[in-house]
Amino acid sequence: MLKRVHFPTSVLPYLLVAPQIIITLIFFIWPASQAVYQSFLIEDAFGLSTEFVWFENFQILFEDELYLESFWRTIVFSAAVAVLSMGSALILAAFADRVVRGATTYRTLMIWPYAVAPVLAGALWVFMFNPTLGIFPYILEFIGIDWNHYLNGTHAMLLVIFAAAWKQIAYNFLFYLAAMQSIPRSLIEAAAIDGAGPVRRFWDHIFPLISPTTFFLLVINAVYAFFDTFGIIHAVTQGGPANSTTILVYKVFNDGFVGLDLGGSAAQSVILMILVIAMTVVQFRYVERKVEY
Amino acid sequence: MVENRRILGIISHIVLILGVIMVALPIWITFVASTHDAVRMTQAPIPMLPGTHFIENFKQTLFGAGLSGSEGAPVWRMLLNSLAMALMIAFGKIAISLLSAFAIVYFKFPFRMGFFWMIFITLMLPVEVRILPTFEVVANLGMLNSYWGLSIPLIASATATFMFRQVFLTIPDEMLESARIDGAGPLRFFWDILIPLSRTNIAALFVILFIYGWNQYLWPLLITTDTDMTTIVMSIKQMLEAAEQSPQWNIIMMTALLAMIPPVFVVVGMQRLFVQGLTETDK
Repeated sequence: MLKRVHFPTSVLPYLLVAPQIIITLIFFIWPASQAVYQSFLIEDAFGLSTEFVWFENFQILFEDELYLESFWRTIVFSAAVAVLSMGSALILAAFADRVVRGATTYRTLMIWPYAVAPVLAGALWVFMFNPTLGIFPYILEFIGIDWNHYLNGTHAMLLVIFAAAWKQIAYNFLFYLAAMQSIPRSLIEAAAIDGAGPVRRFWDHIFPLISPTTFFLLVINAVYAFFDTFGIIHAVTQGGPANSTTILVYKVFNDGFVGLDLGGSAAQSVILMILVIAMTVVQFRYVERKVEY
Repeated sequence: MVENRRILGIISHIVLILGVIMVALPIWITFVASTHDAVRMTQAPIPMLPGTHFIENFKQTLFGAGLSGSEGAPVWRMLLNSLAMALMIAFGKIAISLLSAFAIVYFKFPFRMGFFWMIFITLMLPVEVRILPTFEVVANLGMLNSYWGLSIPLIASATATFMFRQVFLTIPDEMLESARIDGAGPLRFFWDILIPLSRTNIAALFVILFIYGWNQYLWPLLITTDTDMTTIVMSIKQMLEAAEQSPQWNIIMMTALLAMIPPVFVVVGMQRLFVQGLTETDK
């Protein structure tokens, strides 16, 4: 944590940490505490008076069907994004780990969606699935599916899941490939000598050995789906149709900036903060455990 | 490769090529759409092969009015705004994190751990969960519609501070001892020894932070109302809305292409640093 040898105490270290601490205080600690404070207040319709109501905002939220539905929807959405993007990344990484030549080329071709902004990913997918023009609705029509994510909530949900998962494949692929390449070859060779085929080796050796990576990615993907997908939702569906894609982070924005329900939005912020803190703690506690070869 | 199975090798390549196609398809379609004229892009099914209007669309998007009928800023202006924001965020984060990591590792002073925890907390609070109060702070400081407002609230970063702390801890103590014997003060030591030694880490972090900054969406969306401050990533959404009345998909997709070229170029061009940066900041 601290060097054995260090510089003598002076005013200098305070000056060095000052920029970061000042920004943290002004733009993190203060707003976060404001959010906590506001979550205990209810403002009347005209913004003339506010009343301190303890946990009433939270109580209202947890009795609100819309909020509970949004909560549940966020979990389904995150799980679908994580499974879809981690699953395809795992399969691709397993094959990329096998090829002798070209693994780096494949990596190059596969990683760059990471650089595409979520809102752009949303724009690309909304174009591909545009009901009148898009290439996919055109193809889907041949098998009798009338695609319209503007009207059909399930279609809208699928579309945001596809866009969100697509963007995250690059990241997952990179970590899976790195994890697989760090497994000692001798271990896999020993399994092969004992007669284990490629599939068997994957499930009995490689998959368990990369389980810390899987766990780490699970947390990262959950955080990504919870918070970073705002742009995708905003570009593709704006939470609609009929709230069918309103996930929690979209609802905070919508209730706060569009609905101007300050107390309710603040209470939602506080709940999200608690969720993030829980995820961060989980990540720090368990991810550090490495598998022993 | 453990055993040589020809068929398995072929299957591997087939699966990987399918994977690449899956990953690249949205971009291919974007590129194709940007090479046709507006009329062709209103007829279903849309083309899958490039047309001949690329240069024309490029010129109209970058220097012309962009989407006709929109009152937004020209696209080159938005690209410039994005670049300014991304660079300010990347350099700002690196600078303040280097300084605070240096203080925390190399000095012993009262409240050191307090400061450390205060920085640690920022790791847990993405801007999305505290948007409203943060917006109020920025509005009260009069930083709406400015580059400062776009970048400074996003600059404090626990991840970068942690990464530099990690790097500094691996630098042997003898370095500091010999530097002090030679009469170097703290700032001299920081500038002449620590910075050169962590050069590759700084570069790797820069790649990650540049992409992070470039791709910001919600924050610029909230604090810029002046069209001159619009970033390119934000403009896509406005164009999508306009597309519901008058679809000009060739221009929209050209803008999307322009918006993703800089970060994609950074990732592919600096792949080694990018991979290093990603694995170091997140783990």
